[in-house]
Amino acid sequence: MILTNLKPTKDKINTFLPLGSIFVIFAFLDVLINTFLNLNITGFLPQTLSYFFPLLIGYIGLYLIRIEFSGIGFLDKLNKNINSSNFNAFLSLLILFIIIKAISPLMNWLILEANFAGSSKDDCTGNGACWVFIKVWFNRLMYGLYPDVEQWRVNSAFILLFVLVGVAFFVPPKIKKYFIIFLLFIYPFIGIKLLSGGSFGLVYVETAAWGGLSLTFIISAFAILFCFPIGVFLALGRRSSLPAIRYISIGFIELWRGVPLITVLFMAAVMFPMFLPDGTFIDKLIRVLIAITLFEAAYMAEVVRGGLQALPKGQYEAAKSLGMGYWRMNVLIILPQALKLVIPGIANTLLALVKDTPLIFVVGLMELAGMIGLAKTNPNWLGMAMEGYVFAGLVFWVICYAMSRYSQNLEKKLSTER
Amino acid sequence: MEKIIELKKVNKWFDKFQVLKDIDLEVALQEKIVICGPSGSGKSTLIRCINRLEEHQEGNIIVDGTELAENTKNIEKIRAEVGMVFQQFNLFPHLSILDNCTLAPIWVKKLPKKKAEEVAMKNLTRVQIDDQALKFPGQLSGGQQQRAAIARALCMEPKIMLFDEPTSALDPEMIKEVLDVMVDLAKGGMTMIVVTHEMGFAKEVADNMIFMDEGKIVERAKTKEFFENPKSERTKLFLSQIL
Repeated sequence: MILTNLKPTKDKINTFLPLGSIFVIFAFLDVLINTFLNLNITGFLPQTLSYFFPLLIGYIGLYLIRIEFSGIGFLDKLNKNINSSNFNAFLSLLILFIIIKAISPLMNWLILEANFAGSSKDDCTGNGACWVFIKVWFNRLMYGLYPDVEQWRVNSAFILLFVLVGVAFFVPPKIKKYFIIFLLFIYPFIGIKLLSGGSFGLVYVETAAWGGLSLTFIISAFAILFCFPIGVFLALGRRSSLPAIRYISIGFIELWRGVPLITVLFMAAVMFPMFLPDGTFIDKLIRVLIAITLFEAAYMAEVVRGGLQALPKGQYEAAKSLGMGYWRMNVLIILPQALKLVIPGIANTLLALVKDTPLIFVVGLMELAGMIGLAKTNPNWLGMAMEGYVFAGLVFWVICYAMSRYSQNLEKKLSTER
Repeated sequence: MEKIIELKKVNKWFDKFQVLKDIDLEVALQEKIVICGPSGSGKSTLIRCINRLEEHQEGNIIVDGTELAENTKNIEKIRAEVGMVFQQFNLFPHLSILDNCTLAPIWVKKLPKKKAEEVAMKNLTRVQIDDQALKFPGQLSGGQQQRAAIARALCMEPKIMLFDEPTSALDPEMIKEVLDVMVDLAKGGMTMIVVTHEMGFAKEVADNMIFMDEGKIVERAKTKEFFENPKSERTKLFLSQIL
């Protein structure tokens, strides 16, 4: 009898809604005051009870306001989304409280008690992060061991790239294709010349000095640029009707997919030169680039193959019946559809590629994470691993999130279904 | 009459199952042939052999003076002359209807884009969906899609048109709009081989009827004779069930 009376219903909304709201508000107030003002207003209760008090009160409050079809828009939305059952109400409260509790120490460490000013470790007096570390090492984190006076070359190479890409997005389609051809086939040589120098009055900078975030970009860009077409060819090869091409493709893909990247890099850098005839020399960075490209191409091939297999046979037959040969059929009909289908998979592979770049530390090349590894072992800056890796994580996240958003936009743009 | 397609003793197997048995067939220019028969009788396989979407193992298939065989180099050239309309339309979903129609003329026949678009619009008008030219296949009804597929095949200006059960995947009320287009095409003098169960259509346009069963041509006759006076018992049984 009492239980049925306690069940929140619409006709008793005037009792339950204010009562429940007070409970919920009180629960949140308790947590907020406790966290930010360091004041325990339920301190008179036994310790355990006091700790779980807001959870308990909030839970009762949420139960009381769980009125179906109340007719109040906000309340219905709330009940549907975070308060649909006892268990969901409990989880919602728990997660919200954990977030509130976590904000304060996180903010303290990241900003409030962190040190920004200064130029050495001794300037870091607060309890929070020592961002001075990042500030002092910033140039190294961006450019690696690239000589300070020559860093304008790295900057101008990237600025040129961004300007070209930016312009390519806005020019009319007719001129656009020339921009893309320039970007794909001419710009890489200009970029490399600018970075390595050795002619045109530029001082030679060996690739071992390249590093930091700029190296992350260089490796990612080259690997993405080359692994994509190679992957497409491998995928087509694996489905070829010619046995020789098919088995070579399968062998290549399975070989590279079966080996860890770290091993591949090591072999490319250390073992590969041993097989070269004396006197020949291939730059270590180029060897590593080729290794990463082929490694990721094998993964790309399987992603693309997934798309090829998803296409109905009728598309092949329709293309053939119109007189298209193998290449026209694949370039005009099959690949545009297959690649569109696997955009999420392609994005996945490319994100993994970007995040795999730190592995080049095994061959002595240092991109962003590698430079942080170097900086944190500097005797003057010991114990700065946390700041360094949080910074690196943030930078990688920004890059990868941007790529992810771009792939989602592309998917939407290319969609022809309603 | 000038022969444009000739099949001599064509045999075909899927693994051990024989789908075509000793098929002999001659098609003259501008002739309209309707092939009917129960499902699994090899009708579709037969017409798919004519543009070599399927390969036959024995016998000769000669299309417009060229024999189709393993080493036929210019199979694409033959296919460009033989238009095909599929049961499932098989439009290219990533392209607009207009692009569906202009793609092959531009890339295979090397027509300039302007000219290809003119041809496409002419054919789309002919099948009465010129107002849908810029839409994508997914936005059209089944009947409209099939008419677009017919227009796409016509844009290659083929000498022969093959229809593989063109109305079987359509809602009943859309069948007529597609058949009307096909009747119009037949009256325009196109050489047509049509696999269909639409006997009304067959009576209206076909010069000759072919009845197939279990991979064999059971009966081949003039249309009037085929319906009024079928010779084989099997044909009679089939017609009694379908009419």
